[in-house]
Amino acid sequence: MRLVVDLNRCQGYAQCAFLAPEVFTMHGEESLVYAPWADDEHREKVARAVAACPVQAITADGLDDLDDTPERPAQPGRGA
Amino acid sequence: MPAEEFHEWLRREGRIVVVGASLAGLRAAETLRARGFAGSLTMIGDEPYPPYDRPPLSKAVLLGQAAPDRTDLPRRRAIDATWRLGVAATGLDLAGKRVRLADGEEVPYDRLLIATGVRARPWPKEEEAQLDGVFVLRTRDDAVRLHRRLKAAPRRVFVIGAGFTGSEIASACRQQGIAVTVAERADAPLVGALGGVVGAVAADLHRDNGVDLRTGVTVTGLEGDSVGRVRAAHLSDGSVVETDVVVVALGAVRNTDWLAGSGLGAGPRGVACDAGCRAFDFRGIVTDDVFVAGDVARSPHPLFGYQFLSLEHWGNAVAQAEVAAHNMISASSDRRPHMWVPAFWSSQFGVNIKSIGVPSMGTEIMITQGSLAERRFVGVYGHQGRVIAAVSFDNTRWLEFYQRLIESGSPFPVEFPTVDRRPEGRRPVPADFPDPSLPTHGPTVTLSGYSPADRRLVFTPSRPSPAPSAPHRPTDPRNPS
Repeated sequence: MRLVVDLNRCQGYAQCAFLAPEVFTMHGEESLVYAPWADDEHREKVARAVAACPVQAITADGLDDLDDTPERPAQPGRGA
Repeated sequence: MPAEEFHEWLRREGRIVVVGASLAGLRAAETLRARGFAGSLTMIGDEPYPPYDRPPLSKAVLLGQAAPDRTDLPRRRAIDATWRLGVAATGLDLAGKRVRLADGEEVPYDRLLIATGVRARPWPKEEEAQLDGVFVLRTRDDAVRLHRRLKAAPRRVFVIGAGFTGSEIASACRQQGIAVTVAERADAPLVGALGGVVGAVAADLHRDNGVDLRTGVTVTGLEGDSVGRVRAAHLSDGSVVETDVVVVALGAVRNTDWLAGSGLGAGPRGVACDAGCRAFDFRGIVTDDVFVAGDVARSPHPLFGYQFLSLEHWGNAVAQAEVAAHNMISASSDRRPHMWVPAFWSSQFGVNIKSIGVPSMGTEIMITQGSLAERRFVGVYGHQGRVIAAVSFDNTRWLEFYQRLIESGSPFPVEFPTVDRRPEGRRPVPADFPDPSLPTHGPTVTLSGYSPADRRLVFTPSRPSPAPSAPHRPTDPRNPS
């Protein structure tokens, strides 16, 4: 699954790093470094991190009702 | 057709073309659909990849925590678009409302969004730039190549330019035990973006983490061996650094070449647009069917004297794309201005650096919390008696407070008694930015154009000249001599 963190919003509370350490790690006191791609086996943990983030800075695929896209758009030239 | 009827028709069956399939383009497309746009949507991108995120390329990817080809952006919603990926836009016919593509095809539009962003500024000497082992870092392909080379245990990495990207690359190398030399023309890293006072802290960060930092020098040449691999870098102070990997981190060039001759107000500084993201043509007349968002845009901001700001900021790309998309399908009375307060982050050597506002407009800086020596502080920048920006090193939770000071035009020097005050914070000192009339590659914010309050054009060459470096003079950025 694809994910992105809005690091302007992130304030280094590190909840995600406790809940999904395979994906989110802290560098120093408040810098978050994350993997923008998480394997499906970590989906539950990422979902918990998204929900627990005090500033709602994490966006991930397929975790909210709005999203109905495939993982990747279709090939060039065709509709997605 | 009355305006209201036209916009109804546009939302129902209009054709919208987005040139630039990265962060701004994607978020604009999602916003269009979220606002009920039901017509046809075409996404044009010169790279063959679906929209991916770039900040991780100089952070998680170089640290080995993420694969360079796995930074695709998550989707907020389905956009039901026709994707034209791997095909660059090569021209624009404003009168005929068509975008020309590299494969000869023409795509007609009723509304166009230009979100072509920037590209890495290449090393100016083409033959040297071609040497094996010389890299830039902007795209996924750049990251794949650099990542592969860094994994092959280079003897030394040589980084040209100590802006944010150059500093992040140096940080990632050091974390993996790779020897690094960084060459910077200014007296310290990050000087163009944050000034000399904060730059001195960044210089200590580099050196304490084992970076061989050379400041006040320029790179005069890159030397290759007999089979075309880079072997050494020559510096203006006469020294030679042996290296097998060179990363050119000299900032970015705006992708406006394809608009040459189109009649739009586009050039090396980007595409000028109004606060509602509508592009200006070269006569200074605003268009009503061409919109701009992201790194390639420059638009006037009321908080900063209506100066035209170009912001190479992730958050700006998202915010401006949302405003542009809304305005593209709205009648004029429903349109919104793009009034995002500039915000930026960088992560290097384990320190979280963030800024809010436009630091390079500041003439003075005052450390209001923490201390420079501890590398944990907030610095506030003042401009004509008011707070214009703030920077934090490992102190991000305070920035929102300072954002409110910027938004409300609070007086500078700041008057509140601080909770964590140290001797160095008692008075403002010159922020020590380089003279903006000198060529530079550092700043992530460019002040340009003319403002109603101060009608002046300042010419800043778009490429760094290989002129010998002069030490910075702490001049007022608004009054270049």
